[in-house]
Amino acid sequence: MSGTGNDRGVAARCVGLVKRYPGVVAVDGLDLEVRRGECFGLLGPNGAGKTTTVEILEGLNTPDDGVVEVLGQRWGTGDDRLLRERLGIQLQETQLADKLTVAETVRLFRSFYRHGRPVDEVIRLVSLDEKRNARVGKLSGGQKQRLALACALVSAPELMFLDEPTTGLDPQARRHVWDVVESFRQGGGTVILTTHYMEEAARLCDRLAIVDHGRRIALGTPAELVASLGADQILELHAGGELDADRLGMLPGVAGVSARNGGWMVRVRDVGAALPAVLGELERAGAPLEQLTTHQATLEDVFVHLTGRGLRDG
Amino acid sequence: MAEPKASRGGALHPLAELTRVRMLEFLREPEAVFWVFVFPVLLALALGIAFRDSGATSYRVGVTDPAIADRLAGAPTLSVAAMERSAALEALGRGRLDIVVEVEPGSEPLPRLVYRFDQTRPEGRAARLAVDDALQRAYGRLEPLQHRDERTADRGSRYIDFLIPGLIGLNLMGSGMWGIGFSIVVARTRGLLKRFAATPMRRPHYLVSYALSRLLFLVLEVAAIVGFGWLMFGVAVRGPLLAVLAVAIGGGLTFAALGLLVAARSRTIESVSGWMNLLMLPMWLLSGSFFSYERFPEAFWPAIRLLPLTAVNDALRAVFRGEALLAGALPELAVLAAWGLVSFAIAVRRFRWQ
Repeated sequence: MSGTGNDRGVAARCVGLVKRYPGVVAVDGLDLEVRRGECFGLLGPNGAGKTTTVEILEGLNTPDDGVVEVLGQRWGTGDDRLLRERLGIQLQETQLADKLTVAETVRLFRSFYRHGRPVDEVIRLVSLDEKRNARVGKLSGGQKQRLALACALVSAPELMFLDEPTTGLDPQARRHVWDVVESFRQGGGTVILTTHYMEEAARLCDRLAIVDHGRRIALGTPAELVASLGADQILELHAGGELDADRLGMLPGVAGVSARNGGWMVRVRDVGAALPAVLGELERAGAPLEQLTTHQATLEDVFVHLTGRGLRDG
Repeated sequence: MAEPKASRGGALHPLAELTRVRMLEFLREPEAVFWVFVFPVLLALALGIAFRDSGATSYRVGVTDPAIADRLAGAPTLSVAAMERSAALEALGRGRLDIVVEVEPGSEPLPRLVYRFDQTRPEGRAARLAVDDALQRAYGRLEPLQHRDERTADRGSRYIDFLIPGLIGLNLMGSGMWGIGFSIVVARTRGLLKRFAATPMRRPHYLVSYALSRLLFLVLEVAAIVGFGWLMFGVAVRGPLLAVLAVAIGGGLTFAALGLLVAARSRTIESVSGWMNLLMLPMWLLSGSFFSYERFPEAFWPAIRLLPLTAVNDALRAVFRGEALLAGALPELAVLAAWGLVSFAIAVRRFRWQ
């Protein structure tokens, strides 16, 4: 049942995970190792295979190839129900029953677990005390999402899966969800989270895997991933003429250049040196400047750098 | 075994919670409550009024000759009107008259009569007998045999007496299949089934909770229809009420299993509705809820009796008539058990959780 000695620190792992659907390979040889007590993020655009991967880890989907181990157990080899007792799960598109109240819903989920938190405590944990007797159908999007978290937390899980927990929420509702996740972390819980919001990944995750087309294309802490750009500022510019990428890349203070959305994304080590040089290059090439923005490098830029696309591009 | 009983943090046993939640959801759906409890009672009321007291109806007779009309005037079961021939024929064609009596021209001194009626309609045939009988006597036919009419109790043989058990059967089918099939498919399209599958919930608990909540509501449904029939139309259950309940439970569970089967794989409301209609429409027509299936050719009866709704209806009518307790309904209960068990087994095996 339990893994080898050096697995004690591992909450979940998969090796060489493959899942094919007719005409598409959703997960293409993915390796992951999630440590106990950390919040591990899968960051990637829609269709990257994040949900498929998480559902395989949750035992809701079966891989075509590869090895999956969750809390030291493989699905289908022991008592799956005992393993489920230790997990908390929020799925991407669950709509809980509209006609039930918050308390009735949590109570129903509580009844499925032998051990866990009392219903009222969980409702307080997600700050839905005032909505305790409100029908689910009357809740706002953020409140529904917190209720989904309550249903995941009611088992007092060791490992919690969150699949796009804040998609479609406004910033305030999003922060509210983040608070709940962080308080769970403070209690020592492990979280596996998928998201296509880089702010969310940067705020919540200790480590991240960036996923695209079912493959892991980068792995590290948010700071490490951003540092891998070799630049801390990004300069995005559009110009009304041809520019030479090689020349741009050699300018002082510039770490690298890539084309994006018909313009240029310039990774910059030193804005003070790079900005005048870039403007000079534009003048030399006879390409009038149409638009110029500069911002602190983020995980989004890491993704763009690795794939040439944005996280929310179609 | 030695494990202390889990407290479940303020929740009951999962089966109890699932059943409770099912019932709450149903009660909070006003449309569902209407279809299950109010609609059958309204239907019984409407049909009971439309077909009330059919023994006392009189036949509607159109007569083209005033003299003949006079002769018929006193006849007890006839309501006679003298009218123009063209008007009479039109009324007959539209079903407002059961028979038209004409006199052949030039037939004197005794008239030669023509009876026009639709011989495919029982009222037409009966009206012809009654009119002929009344006229023959009016013209002097003697009755060699004396007789006295002894009417059997109307109770138990009226249309409403036939209808009430049929409505119970229909309602068991409708609420069982729609109530269960629909809510399962809705839960599936909302991703709820998948969410439950991600918990340690025992999957049969979920399916059984539907059957349990049906059983609890079924008692109320059956009581509503039986009570209404009794209070409004004096429809009596001559067998024991417990036998009605037993048959209803058998039928309710069978239709619950059929509902589960239909909903086992459907991913959309449209597809589950299609399957429901495919299954239920033939039974609406064939199974003798509104009219006896004995109106179909006898060769079809054995097949019709194998339908679950026919079995429920026949068993309920046997109990209403007070026949031999449940023993008389054994074949019907066997049919129900077969449908129920086979459907449930297939449904559990094929059930799609995502």
